[in-house]
Order: sequence, then C-alpha cells, then structure tokens
Amino acid sequence: MSALYELSTLAYCYEGAPALELDAIQFRPGEFVAVVGPNGAGKSTLLAVLAGLRADYRGSCRFRGLEVKRWPRREMARAVSFVPQSLRLEFPFTAEQVVLMGRTPYCDGLFEAPEDHRAVERAMQVTDTLALRSRDFRTLSGGERQRVVLASALAQEPQVLLLDEPAAFLDVKHQIALHRLLRRLCGEGLLVIAATHDLNLAAAYSDRVAVLNHGRLAADAPPAEALRSDLIRSVFEVNAHLWPGPSGRPWIRYEV
Amino acid sequence: MRSEPSAWGRLARLLAAGVLLAVAAALVLPLVGSARLDYGRALAGLSLDKEILFYARLPRVLMALVAGGALAEAGVLFQALVRDALADPYVLGVAGGASGGAVLSICLGWTEWAGLSATTLSASAGAAAALFLVVAIATQGKRMSSFTLLLAGITINSISAAILLLLHNVADFSQSFVVMRWLMGSIERVSYRTLAWLTAVVLATVVYLFARARDWNLLAVGEEWATARGLVPSRAILAGFCAGSVITGCVTALAGPIAFLGLIVPHALRLRLGADHRLLIPCAFFGGGVFLALCDTLARTALAPAEIPVGVITALLGGPFFIWLLRSRRRSLWL
Repeated sequence: MSALYELSTLAYCYEGAPALELDAIQFRPGEFVAVVGPNGAGKSTLLAVLAGLRADYRGSCRFRGLEVKRWPRREMARAVSFVPQSLRLEFPFTAEQVVLMGRTPYCDGLFEAPEDHRAVERAMQVTDTLALRSRDFRTLSGGERQRVVLASALAQEPQVLLLDEPAAFLDVKHQIALHRLLRRLCGEGLLVIAATHDLNLAAAYSDRVAVLNHGRLAADAPPAEALRSDLIRSVFEVNAHLWPGPSGRPWIRYEV
Repeated sequence: MRSEPSAWGRLARLLAAGVLLAVAAALVLPLVGSARLDYGRALAGLSLDKEILFYARLPRVLMALVAGGALAEAGVLFQALVRDALADPYVLGVAGGASGGAVLSICLGWTEWAGLSATTLSASAGAAAALFLVVAIATQGKRMSSFTLLLAGITINSISAAILLLLHNVADFSQSFVVMRWLMGSIERVSYRTLAWLTAVVLATVVYLFARARDWNLLAVGEEWATARGLVPSRAILAGFCAGSVITGCVTALAGPIAFLGLIVPHALRLRLGADHRLLIPCAFFGGGVFLALCDTLARTALAPAEIPVGVITALLGGPFFIWLLRSRRRSLWL
C-alpha cells in the first residue's frame, strides 16, 4: 500500500537549535510505529510536525502527497488526530463534552447531529469511558483523562492516530488494554504512531520501532532488529539484557 | 448535550428565561427610587412622572442592562481565550486606554465634538489605541499567543495607570473631581441615541460570539487542541479579542471602568451551566445585564439622595467574591 506520510530532509529548529533532522522515513496505513528515544530526542517534535501543529518546519513532510503545512486545517483534522501527553482544563467541561469536541471538523451547526453522538458513543465505548460521561473532566484521574482524550481523538474518525506517551499515566491493566485497542485499530487500517518511553511496550506491540537520538534517526526497523543491546547502550546510556520473547519480540531488562 | 433536540431545548429555555428576566428588570427597576412613580400617570403624560421615568430612570436601567451584558460577555470570552477563570474584560489594556483617553479629554477641557461627548469619543479612541498596541506587541510574524497578549495588556494597563496619576496631579480641583468620578465607574443618564448605538454594537457582537461559540470551547481547552480539531487559533484569538475589546471599549467610554462584573457573572454561570459557550454566551448577556441593573438601582437608592458610583458597589461585592474564588481554586478543582 502507498505511504500516508513521506518525510525527506525534514528539519525543525527551536530558536535556531535543530530539534529534528530526518533524511527519509515513511509511514503506511495499518502500521503501528513506536517512536522511542531519550528525553529531548525529538519524539514530541516529530509527532507535532506530523499532526500539522508545527507548520514552520523545513524540508518536506507530505501527507497523502500534499505538504502538511499546505493542508487546510479542517480537512487535516478529519484525517489526523493527536493525543497530547496530558491535558489540563481550567473550566468544568464534562468528559462527554471533551469527546464531542472531536466531532468539530465534521460539524457545521451550533450543536452536534445524531450521527456525531453515535460516533462519540462508539469512541467512549471502545475506550471504556462511558461511565465517566457526565463527570467533570478535572475530577478524573490521570489515567481516566488519558482515555477520555483518546476517545476524543477516535471520535474524529481519523486515518492516523498520533499519541505522545499515551501510557505515561496508565496503570498496567489500562496500558495493556490501550495497546490491544491500538493493535486492533491498526488491523482496521489505522496508522498509529506513538512516542513512548517504555521499550518493552514498544517491543511487544509495535510493527516498527523508530529510535531517535539528538533529533536524528538511529534505527528504524521491526522491534527485534531496532532494539539491540548495543544500540540501547549508545542511545539511552544504560546496559540492557534482551531475551527473545514469544513471536520473536525481545524482552528487555535494564541493569540496575 | 446528550442529543441534539435536548441541547436546543435547553438553550431555548435559558434564552426565554433570560429575556423574561431582562424585561422584568426594565419594567420594575425604574419604579424604584426616592420619587414614587407609577406607569399609569407616566403614560398619561403627567409631566413630572413622565420626565423622571422616561428620561432619567428608564434609559439608565436600559444602559445598565446593555453595559452589564457586554462586560459579562467580554469576561466569558477573555477567560476562555487566556484559559484563566480569573481574567477580566480589562486584561487587554482596554480599560487603561479608555481611562487615559477620557481623563486626557477632561484635563484638556474638551467637552463636546460635533454634538457628541468628547470624553466618550476620546475614551473610545484610547481603547482602540490600547488594543492596537497590545496586538502589535504580541504578534510575531504570523504567530500570536494568548499569553503574550495577556502580558502586553497588563503592561499597557500599568503604563496608562502611571499616565493617569500624572494627569490627575496636574489637573485642577474641579477637573480632579470629574476624573475621580469617572474612574470609579458610574452609569449616568444617557440619551436614547447613545443607547441605541451602544445596543446595536453590543448585540451584533454578542450574536457573532454566539455563532462562534464552538471555537471558544476549543480554545478554552488549548491552542494545540483547537488546531488538532481544525481551527486556526491565531485568527480566532484575534477575532475574539477584537470583538471583546470593542464592546468593553464602548461600555468603558460611556460608564467608566466597572470592576469585577466580568468576573463574578461568568463564574456564577459556569457553576450552574458548565463550560459550554453555546449556553454561556447568551446567558452571560442577560445575566450580566440584570446583575448590573440591580447593582445600579442599589447605587442610586442605598444612600439616597446621594448616589454611589455603581463601580463601588460591584467592587464591594466583587472583591470578597474574588478572594473566595482564589481560595476555592487553591483548594480543589483548579489545581
């Protein structure tokens, strides 16, 4: 299948300091790509560029053949959704209202149509958030918030789901549930790109691991090839032992 | 917001209640006051009752309804745009600019220009100049964020406060009294012509803000959140701040800075209605209007025959409320 995203000689600078410099990388429909790397390696920047939140990048980042910065915002929002690292609200929106905002790129009237409410219902069901619907978003726990924000992104009915450390605030049960859900969505053709610090989750669930270091691509391969102990030592500066797990996916234990 | 019909139904019920309250206020509040009036005699054209009712009290109540509505509206909007429930309509330096303009005209002795009050005109010009300056300071290329707008607004307000002090010091005694009176914020008698154009500007702005209520919802969550859902935030933020500043500027030019109203009313409404701007925008207009009309009635009757500036009443009510808000915010949900 043809690539959804094609990046070439992409560069992004924060105040003159290069945060991201990628030669060439592609993302295809149905892939689950884990983006890993130490703090400040450029993971969040990459996701923000892909989501169209950083239009001042240099080089080329094409989505469905058209430069991301040339996409009309509303059209882009129907195809690409973004789950930020965390969301804090000042005002008393309910969880359902937060999810409903995901329908914005499809709505023209003042209030949402019945089909929008059906999409919200589905999104809240798969993220196990229906019980939270009328709760004030600010009273939810970190994990509950994360799932509500994911529901809002799914309500956009996107082709691409970009997630910035989606498992950071989740307990083990919900980490696994989230990754199973993401895998299932990939099976339906969704492209999932998730930045993560958890190499074991990346190894267990992704099709490809893109390793970033100082804004550059250090590896881009299936988990068993990308996550090797020499690479982990040079990129993350820790000693790690790898065991082959089921279906060839490595299991990583750090030296403490 | 469970389904479309119920959302429209709730909005319709709230709108009906708002209109009803505002009409009741406009009919009842003019009767309150040191001189006892009744509509029968006034409508029969008996001179004194008619004079007081239609040329003193009614325009004043109507003015309070429109001015209060505009300030509450600007409060709701600015709070959403800077994502801070403690922001008020004056955050963008509008009050500072308007006050500077008004005080300058008082000190220079300008009173009238082409039949219009020079203080009003000069306050409007000051508000516009402050807004333009703030936006110019906060814009870098195509980027603009609420945070830089806020800081620029605070700076402009401090600079104009310094200029005000300077003017106040060089002014003579009678000018100084007028300046003080203006700065306290009061709803004086207005002509129906002034009232008509103020109402037109405020209503047009409120309708525009209501039509874009969905955008304020997104921006109240965050600029990236709004971008990821198809909005171009810099354009929406600029449009919102300009709309809010226009109505704040008009009201300030006519009534002086009226403190805290833009803070109390939106907060009280959010407690009842939640954060959805599709309900907040229309309700803030009616809620703010009725609240200011009540405060103004209190201002002209509490120490009758002396009148307290309405800004003093709103500040006396708003100050303690603001402290309560700060404390509750520290305690629980706002963390």
